[in-house]
Amino acid sequence: MTVGSPDAVLDPAAKPVGTSSIGSVASDAPAGRHVVRTVGIIVAAVALLVGSVLVAVTIGQADISVREVWTVVSDRLGLSFLQVDVIGLGGQPPSPIRADVIWEMRFPRALGAVVVGAGLAVVGAIMQTLTRNPMADPYLLGISSGASLGAVLVIVAGLGSGLFGVSAGAFAGALIAFVLVLTIGQRSGTLTPVRMILAGVAIGQLCGAVTSFVILWVADPHATQDAQFWLSGSLAASRWSSMRIAAVVLVVALLLWLWNARALNAFTFGDDAAASLGVDVNRIRWTLLIACALLTGVLVAVSGAIGFVGLLLPHAVRFLVGPDHRLVLPLSTVLGGVFLLWVDTVARTAFEPRELPVGVVTAIIGVPAFIWILRKRQVRA
Amino acid sequence: MITRAVRHTGPVPGAASDRDDGHDRAGLKVHELSWSIKGTVIIDGIVLHAPHGKITGLLGPNGSGKTTLLRAVARLARADRGAVHLDGSDLARLRRRDLARRLAVVEQHAGTDLDVSVLDVVLLGRTPYRSALQSDSEQDRRLAFEALAQVNMAEFASRRWNTLSGGEKQRVHLARALTQRPALLVLDEPTNHLDIAHALSLLALVQRAGLTTFAALHDLNLAAMYCDHLVVLREGRVVAGGAPHDVLTPELLMDVFDVRADVGRHPETGRPLLTFHPPGVVVPS
Repeated sequence: MTVGSPDAVLDPAAKPVGTSSIGSVASDAPAGRHVVRTVGIIVAAVALLVGSVLVAVTIGQADISVREVWTVVSDRLGLSFLQVDVIGLGGQPPSPIRADVIWEMRFPRALGAVVVGAGLAVVGAIMQTLTRNPMADPYLLGISSGASLGAVLVIVAGLGSGLFGVSAGAFAGALIAFVLVLTIGQRSGTLTPVRMILAGVAIGQLCGAVTSFVILWVADPHATQDAQFWLSGSLAASRWSSMRIAAVVLVVALLLWLWNARALNAFTFGDDAAASLGVDVNRIRWTLLIACALLTGVLVAVSGAIGFVGLLLPHAVRFLVGPDHRLVLPLSTVLGGVFLLWVDTVARTAFEPRELPVGVVTAIIGVPAFIWILRKRQVRA
Repeated sequence: MITRAVRHTGPVPGAASDRDDGHDRAGLKVHELSWSIKGTVIIDGIVLHAPHGKITGLLGPNGSGKTTLLRAVARLARADRGAVHLDGSDLARLRRRDLARRLAVVEQHAGTDLDVSVLDVVLLGRTPYRSALQSDSEQDRRLAFEALAQVNMAEFASRRWNTLSGGEKQRVHLARALTQRPALLVLDEPTNHLDIAHALSLLALVQRAGLTTFAALHDLNLAAMYCDHLVVLREGRVVAGGAPHDVLTPELLMDVFDVRADVGRHPETGRPLLTFHPPGVVVPS
């Protein structure tokens, strides 16, 4: 036996597998590794979401500890045996009143923010792809305002003040606004992004004006707060019961969109390219866009018209993980939830005891991002 | 022994009628295809045959209906009447997904704002083969890399799409089309906006792929050099068809394109070589 092998290790020439192919590592990786990466990223994002909810509910006027939150959650979910203080957070178990504050106020509001943020973000991602418009967002395209108007008209006309009736009205309003914007935004069959945004702004302004008019002159002359709610959004009214329809529609729509994620990728080079790759363009487009109007409608019914979430999140997600819809859709959903949860936490606590409308905060973040996207992407006029 | 030999050589020698029939059905056949919009007829009763394994060039001045014909063939536009057969089967009867496995399209210059990689684009060609939630298989990736190698773009796999030149983009589109494993390539002026070197190399790659190809082309000399068969459109009708040296005559060029041209012979390829005359200059005879 020779003892020469350690020298071989030190010999630079013996260092195998050159690092010269670093540039192509990603594309040479076996297909299985992509699946692992995709699942890993989504699991990490979900963990971030769950952690964010547990922390965000502790923040507010009443100071609440993570320990108290954990006790309440495990209690209400029937998992009291988990209440052993394994992670050593210390602190006291909450009084019944504090437990109610946590479970009946903080949690519904946090989950409301998560559901609404998740829904708006994924709707934005779908719209941006199917209209080939990087600026597409349910608020900028006037669809949220259409939904607000639909909801207000249903309430005023006495067709129903229940959540189901209001959601149905909001869906109808969203769909009508969307069809109008697509009709005005196209020219000889092609949608031009800037024309579409202009149409969206016009329709949005019109719906907003009519909404204010209906609320202030027809319904209740003192209802400026209502107008504020419908026009720029708020999560203050979130309750467990009010989130049911939105959560169910979010899950169903998300499954529908994920099922078509590969077809959505085929739209990368436009409608004709998608069709020549075997995608039934008209069927897919209309099914998925109607689902966008439906989800926008039910979200607006519980939170009013919150802007810019659908614009910002898909761009941030594509920046992080690239444009594959199989990853962009689930990640936009989860991170949309995280985003609006923290924005709403800031909105309700920054100027305590006064509360900022959450739509004001999303606009403050969203408008600079809008300008940045407009400049960077050289949006086709 | 005999059975094996027959398998290798195709039709049994002597069964001439079978072979002729098979030969006749192969390739792209267009029957009486018409399409109009708002009462204006764009293409009118098009009949043509693009032979199997050959490049058929579609020529004609602007507005003669070339793009419309290609779109109707690829079912991107629904023809008012007529039929399109590929290797004997009626394309109108296929599901869109099955159509995409037999027919691939390369457009003039299809672009995107999205930050996709070259490999992402080529893998799009596997869309018609994969179900909704299936991820790309090893085979998909192998086919994509093979196609990239075929268009001399192997080392570009991880490059970002928006960093490519026009010629490189068209080669990637060609690789994507080849990854669809089609029987027919439909190309809509694929060399527009390309410099001459990229135009020549793109058509050489198409030729090397050896597929039945139906390509609208603007440059008549490029068409003469690479096409085995030419079809000429004017105002939505076929006015000439055949081998390049039969079709590209001074009379036809005057008649259809309204240009005076001399037709010579390319010194290297033997294909027709057109020399155009500036309008208004009289050639002494």
